[in-house]
Amino acid sequence: MSDLTKLTLAGARDALKKKEITSTELTGAYLKEMEAAAPLNAYVTVTADKAMEMAKASDAKLAKGEGGPLEGLPLGIKDLYCTKDVLTTACSHILDGFKPAYESTVTANLWRDGAVMLGKLNNDEFAMGSSNETSHYGSVVNPWRRKGSDAKLVPGGSSGGSSAAVAAGLCLAATATDTGGSIRQPAAFTGTVGLKPTYGRCSRWGIVAFASSLDQAGPIGRDVRDTAIMLGSMAGHDEKDTTSVDRAVPDYEAVLGQSIKGLSVGIPKEYRVDGMPGEIDELWTRGIEWLKAAGATVKEVSLPHTKYALPTYYIVAPAECSSNLARYDGVRYGLRVDGHDITDMYEKTRAAGFGAEVRRRVLMGTYVLSAGYYDAYYLKAQKVRSLIARDFAEAFSEVDVLLTPTAPSAAFAIGEKTDDPLSMYLNDVFTVPVNLAGLPGISVPAGLSSDGLPLGLQLIGRTFDEETLLKAAYAIEQAADFKAAPEAWWKA
Amino acid sequence: MSVDQKTVRHIARLARIAVRDDELEALAKELNGILDWVEQLGEVDTSGVEPMTSAVAVAMKMRDDVVAVQNLQAEVTRNAPNSEDGFYVVPKVVE
Repeated sequence: MSDLTKLTLAGARDALKKKEITSTELTGAYLKEMEAAAPLNAYVTVTADKAMEMAKASDAKLAKGEGGPLEGLPLGIKDLYCTKDVLTTACSHILDGFKPAYESTVTANLWRDGAVMLGKLNNDEFAMGSSNETSHYGSVVNPWRRKGSDAKLVPGGSSGGSSAAVAAGLCLAATATDTGGSIRQPAAFTGTVGLKPTYGRCSRWGIVAFASSLDQAGPIGRDVRDTAIMLGSMAGHDEKDTTSVDRAVPDYEAVLGQSIKGLSVGIPKEYRVDGMPGEIDELWTRGIEWLKAAGATVKEVSLPHTKYALPTYYIVAPAECSSNLARYDGVRYGLRVDGHDITDMYEKTRAAGFGAEVRRRVLMGTYVLSAGYYDAYYLKAQKVRSLIARDFAEAFSEVDVLLTPTAPSAAFAIGEKTDDPLSMYLNDVFTVPVNLAGLPGISVPAGLSSDGLPLGLQLIGRTFDEETLLKAAYAIEQAADFKAAPEAWWKA
Repeated sequence: MSVDQKTVRHIARLARIAVRDDELEALAKELNGILDWVEQLGEVDTSGVEPMTSAVAVAMKMRDDVVAVQNLQAEVTRNAPNSEDGFYVVPKVVE
């Protein structure tokens, strides 16, 4: 096989089963690509020895005609996932040197099914960001560049290492997490597919917590099929996470290609926001036409509380983050800065260990939860959240899925939005409501902007109805026939 | 509602994050920017609306209260910046 790293996850799986390639060859090819792609800064830790060991073990199984659904397939793991004895920092200075004594449930599921770990992928510090610029280990560079420009662009965030690595061919697929759009927006910015499952579909155990009522694990892959395969292994009930659902995991791959004739698709009118570029609007219209041509019926629906989703999120998420991040105190793991007493030690450790965005959110969260403000902010936000969820429930009494753009723009330049937290937050306008309501969503690459950057369309589904979501996403993918790929300028 | 520098100092103390005096003004400005923006939630009529407590409607699962794993002292303390004899070491807290 000439170019092993051009295969999809499904293609590599089939080639391994037919013994056309070996996992050792495939894994070796990826490690070589990763080395050549250092300028992208997608990986923060490379586990080359472990990868080759796992690949050899997979080859032994495959040779005997054995092995799991992901046997011998090399993956990248977002640094938010705890990996046993492998450095896990959530890309925060405060977790310096942390090597977990346990494995996250989702990654354990992947290894159970035979996957190979290539290394840990960069992300925004504690997943707080939309551009991967808040990582303690520096920005990730998007493999895509604007036509005729060598300006460095962001890969989206917080799963920017995952999206860049999949787009640049540095892993077959990657794990990611999504609290307000952190899987779907980076997928849209890099021409990849990002699937955020229903809250509770995947266990959160062993994933560094940001906002526990919003966080959900999911995959980023080259195409819809690859994310369906990944989800099949990642999902499942876990006694260690009470919010994980005790429900059978369907065969997601089996639904791909099934007819969407008669599927009812809703177009939320409130998603036509002011100042949205014309080309995003046109892409959306094309998406509607594609689904109609495939036999779906399309109708406008209303989600009246959409404009309140972002402000609600920026109360709920910081509140939960300020509670979750209370554990970083310099006592049990990571960084410690000594002080003259224990409080001084806590304060100095946390001042040195948290970056600017994390500090901003912890302070914001502490404020909205503090005495006298709890009702005005946190309780109010949780009530508005109920209304946002109700809007979706009403829409889903009329339609089966919703179609929207994934993000209000294509990838922007590194440094372009870092001075203004609010303008950065607005990036998540179409993705945040989905997390607030706990619904599944997927971003599918659907076209290029006028300056040659990928743009994504988002589908939103009913609770635990990833199958309909994937079926519709596959129809969009077939119609869009998105074949563009970034030039490998980083190898020059 | 807007926060002044004294309030920022107070919440930084609650959050156990040391903040230098020369950072207070900029932090107050940033937090006020965000707070002004979230203030728009006041427009929403939420009378009679229950706050959302669970992202997906599921009944709380119960399990028997039994010890599932035990004696992980070495694993638990091995990442500590400072530990001795299987205990965490911190600055003296009792006079």
